[in-house]
Amino acid sequence: MSDIKIEGYEFKPGFKGMAKDTGSDQTMFKGVHWGKAMMWIFLLSDTFIFSCFLISYMKGRGSTIIDWPNPSEVFGLHVFGVDVPLLLIAIMTFVLITSSGTMALAVKYGYEKNKKMCGWLILATAIGGLTFVGMQAFEWGKLIHEGVRPWENPFGAPQFGSFFFMITGFHGTHVSIGVIFLFIYAYKTFAGHYDEGKRGWFTTMKGDYVEIEILGLYWHFVDLVWVFIFAFFYLW
Amino acid sequence: MDKTKKQEQTSTHKIGIYLWIWGLLFVLSFFSYMVDWYQFQGMLRWSLILFFMFLKAGLIMAFFMHLYWERYALVNVLLWPMTAIACFIFLMVAEFEYTVFTRFFYFVVGG
Repeated sequence: MSDIKIEGYEFKPGFKGMAKDTGSDQTMFKGVHWGKAMMWIFLLSDTFIFSCFLISYMKGRGSTIIDWPNPSEVFGLHVFGVDVPLLLIAIMTFVLITSSGTMALAVKYGYEKNKKMCGWLILATAIGGLTFVGMQAFEWGKLIHEGVRPWENPFGAPQFGSFFFMITGFHGTHVSIGVIFLFIYAYKTFAGHYDEGKRGWFTTMKGDYVEIEILGLYWHFVDLVWVFIFAFFYLW
Repeated sequence: MDKTKKQEQTSTHKIGIYLWIWGLLFVLSFFSYMVDWYQFQGMLRWSLILFFMFLKAGLIMAFFMHLYWERYALVNVLLWPMTAIACFIFLMVAEFEYTVFTRFFYFVVGG
């Protein structure tokens, strides 16, 4: 997306382009909006936080000699008289991927300055995120009701609860913050702040549809983290 | 910014590519759910989980987060630090194997 030309430095793919960019005695990320670069740096640091959680989970699960609870049964649902393993988690995964898809399209329509489509797609993304948080709250309630606590649970190794609440809780917080911002940005899009270049609250930066892409990066990251949590916590 | 400095040229990609990736993500998620549904165990389960996970993560990062079209200067700044995570995982695997070994050892031998 960063193919804006600066002083003759055109976009060159691959390591050649990278060498040209870094050795140019100029700004390194040419044509990359500073907000986008900062969002990427933030996401990188967030990656490290989630990695530390998942690695500590790996260490905890690997070093216990008591059997780990079988996630397939713990997160299974009993619907219409049959036990379906991981049903709620599967639905949550599909909901989050759907919202990620609508966000990607919102970014695309944003760059095409299609205000209506962009706004509606952001709104759809927000509703997807809200559904996800709602289902997570239901899941937490179900597990707490069954006696899962950070220090004990009826299914197996007592560490299970603390890792579960910590990791999904932190991810859920990210989703919730994302949902709040999605609603705000949906409003800003419909109100035309990005068309007329209205300034934001804490910044002198003029409103631009690049902000939708920055928000999109955050939202896709939340989906990305869920991919890893789904694989390591629920499936493993 | 003056005109010579910046020629606004924001590119948008065809909607088809997003829909394709979206569909692929659905299919891959379905497959990873099927890993649990059919209760694959052992190496087969773990390798399938990792395979689908990395494929999904790669698709999201490359196309939804636009890294595939991004300048290499930015892509490399983002991806190289990940090797530190790989090192950390490696260290902690050694650590938990040692912990579980000592636990078993002292359960058998006694303190």
